Amino acid sequence: MATATQFATLPKRAQTQRGLVAVAMSGGVDSSAVAALLQQQGRAVVGLTMQLWNQRRLPELQGDGPAQHRCCSLDDVYDAKAVAQHLNFPHYVVNFEEQFEARVVRPFVDQYLAGRTPIACTNCNTDVKFEPLLRMARQIGAERLATGHYARIRRNDAIRRWELLRARDETKDQSYFLWGLSQEQLSRSDFPLGELTKEEVRALARRANLPVAEKPESMELCFVPTGNYVQFIQAYSRERGISLQNETGVIVNENGDVLGRHDGVHNFTIGQRKGLGFAAGKPLYVLSIDPEKNRVVVGEDDVLRKTVCEVEGVNWIPGDQPPGPLRAFAKIRHKHEAAPATIDALDAATARVTFEAPQRAITPGQAAVFYDGDIVLGGGWIR
Amino acid sequence: MDSHMDRVYLDFNATTPVEPEVFDAMRPFFSAEFANAASIHTPGQRARAAVETAREQVATLIGARPQEIVFTSGGTESDNHAIFGIVGPAFLPVSSSGDANSPQLVTTAIEHEAVLNACQALEKQGARVTYLPTDREGLIDLEELRRAIRPETVLITIMHANNELGAVQPLEEIGRIAKEADVYFHTDAVQSAGKIPIDVNTLRVDLLSLSGHKFYAPKGIGALYVRGGTRLRQLLYGGHHQRGFRPGTENVAGIVGLGKAAEIARKTLAEDARRISALRDKLQQGLLQRVLHSRVNGGAAPRTPNTTNLVFPGVEGEALLIALDLKGLACSTGAACSSGAVEPSHVLTAIGLPPEEARASLRFSLGRHTTSADIDFALNVVPAAVTQLRELSPTYGKMAEAR
Repeated sequence: MATATQFATLPKRAQTQRGLVAVAMSGGVDSSAVAALLQQQGRAVVGLTMQLWNQRRLPELQGDGPAQHRCCSLDDVYDAKAVAQHLNFPHYVVNFEEQFEARVVRPFVDQYLAGRTPIACTNCNTDVKFEPLLRMARQIGAERLATGHYARIRRNDAIRRWELLRARDETKDQSYFLWGLSQEQLSRSDFPLGELTKEEVRALARRANLPVAEKPESMELCFVPTGNYVQFIQAYSRERGISLQNETGVIVNENGDVLGRHDGVHNFTIGQRKGLGFAAGKPLYVLSIDPEKNRVVVGEDDVLRKTVCEVEGVNWIPGDQPPGPLRAFAKIRHKHEAAPATIDALDAATARVTFEAPQRAITPGQAAVFYDGDIVLGGGWIR
Repeated sequence: MDSHMDRVYLDFNATTPVEPEVFDAMRPFFSAEFANAASIHTPGQRARAAVETAREQVATLIGARPQEIVFTSGGTESDNHAIFGIVGPAFLPVSSSGDANSPQLVTTAIEHEAVLNACQALEKQGARVTYLPTDREGLIDLEELRRAIRPETVLITIMHANNELGAVQPLEEIGRIAKEADVYFHTDAVQSAGKIPIDVNTLRVDLLSLSGHKFYAPKGIGALYVRGGTRLRQLLYGGHHQRGFRPGTENVAGIVGLGKAAEIARKTLAEDARRISALRDKLQQGLLQRVLHSRVNGGAAPRTPNTTNLVFPGVEGEALLIALDLKGLACSTGAACSSGAVEPSHVLTAIGLPPEEARASLRFSLGRHTTSADIDFALNVVPAAVTQLRELSPTYGKMAEAR
């Protein structure tokens, strides 16, 4: 079409073909391995890397030198590009900073200030990755969006539903962060690593000579470059013109006796022992947080155990709530071992979880996720 | 299928290919004629002669005298040199508060980042800057310019043609106003040089930036026109190259390329403009007809002949750009940040577009080698891609109903 020879050096365009799959690439080894795996299976791949947060935005959080080996950093974008270049498929950086701030960062900070302990990754999955990013993948002609999550998606033809399952590798399982997905989202998503172990993924990355094959895993929240949430919450609040200077309050025991003072409820999470700022005879733990009165209640370990909690914002993976009380295993934090419980749906969006045995530190802001064996039935936010 | 047979490039405002004739002119100066143009010996004199020929060629393109041309590394350096060279730190007060006696600059809200960020840097050092708004077509109001000028005003810097819209400012009138007020006048002509006629005397500019790679010379070479008698500080210190304005061994091959490209542009400008604007109009009309609810941004202003910017309500420009690239059409939206992600365009926001429409806009910029078949290809793939995006858009359905 273009006649001039100078266009000969432009990169080849991807043939838009049936079965084009978009890969959400963070620049890490997992999502890079997904791209390699799909390509080996003969799929046409397009890489999308989300620009989520400007790491230079809160300059006081900058350490010396550029932020390295963390999601959202420029290094990660370059790594994703390098993988795409190595495997020779088209790759684009897409800007979701606005959505990320509105749906992940601001709620995260607000939750902490309300005395809760939020999970940013779940919001990011439900409201960014499998929402605007998935839509963009579809808009640019991809049938599905593949990610590096360790979890499995299965079509159950008997009930004509998509099912979400734990990863085969239980130590890497991320299904706890994916309970918010709808049938529509599941039907358009692929988790190719769900059947693999981390070691197999590394081996795959090495065999494919991926430039990120030896890259260390990122453990921190991607938008908190220092890993220090408290510092981030303070800096972000300052940027919004909210001073947390007047947030000091008291630490009390269950009888209301004042044991000490604190610098703001966002410094605490339920079950926390360290950092209370005073010494006591027996180990004391944060039992509850009252942001209204600016009080942190502490007590001994046995008081921390509770049998019942309520959840809100409930999502049932099959799409409809169960007709009666449901016997299932419920998991109340990522590293919690799912425990037997009965779940009573109170209405479409709330439910009561009653454990057979008391559970330690049921924490508002975290999620309770319901399992039947490997199958994720649904979940909700603990209130 | 051969890759270059089906890829169409409509992003010539981002950059242009080096014209084969330009490359041919440059070639000897990489190895055979490698001498330093500042050397006294014969090979050096030959390099010097080539540089001076190029200086004449560039001067001729804009109606300047050769000694008024300073070669630079490109548009960004030229803009920075003009701005910091006039409003240097020496003029600035010690306090950074910007009091009433601080030097003042007048510019516009739709300048390129090379100008905007230079102005912002000066603001931090205590200068005051007035950012003139524009109307919906991207044009400033001359009365507002007049009102913005104060006794402390030391520089007016207003771009000639806008990179995103193609809108051409009334430089002749601006030049007259600057002259009456006895204020230096700089223009960023990076997007107009080689596309529309420029005469520095008609326009009454004191400083003018241009960039080679926007008109078929290589990247990394540009020029700053400095009217004789202008008190411009040097930014770099070194040897006596280029009358001390811009020390550093001259990029002889690049300079020769810039000169050649300027010569070609001067000869072909009128014919190119006629042909390219006809193709641009065909593209614009075709898209307006084929894409429901589409509109031209800044279509009523005088524009560079190669540029059109359209809004396709209900789509994300970023997704549209990627979808089109995957189909083989290269165009542009807004400005890219360092990661390569799209940032909202300050230009489209400045002309009054709501954010969702700024995000739904795409720029097509044609070039000397754009063919009618390229336009047909675009008219084929763009409407189809917009339809596909709108089908999956959460907002378009509601929006279309509301109309």
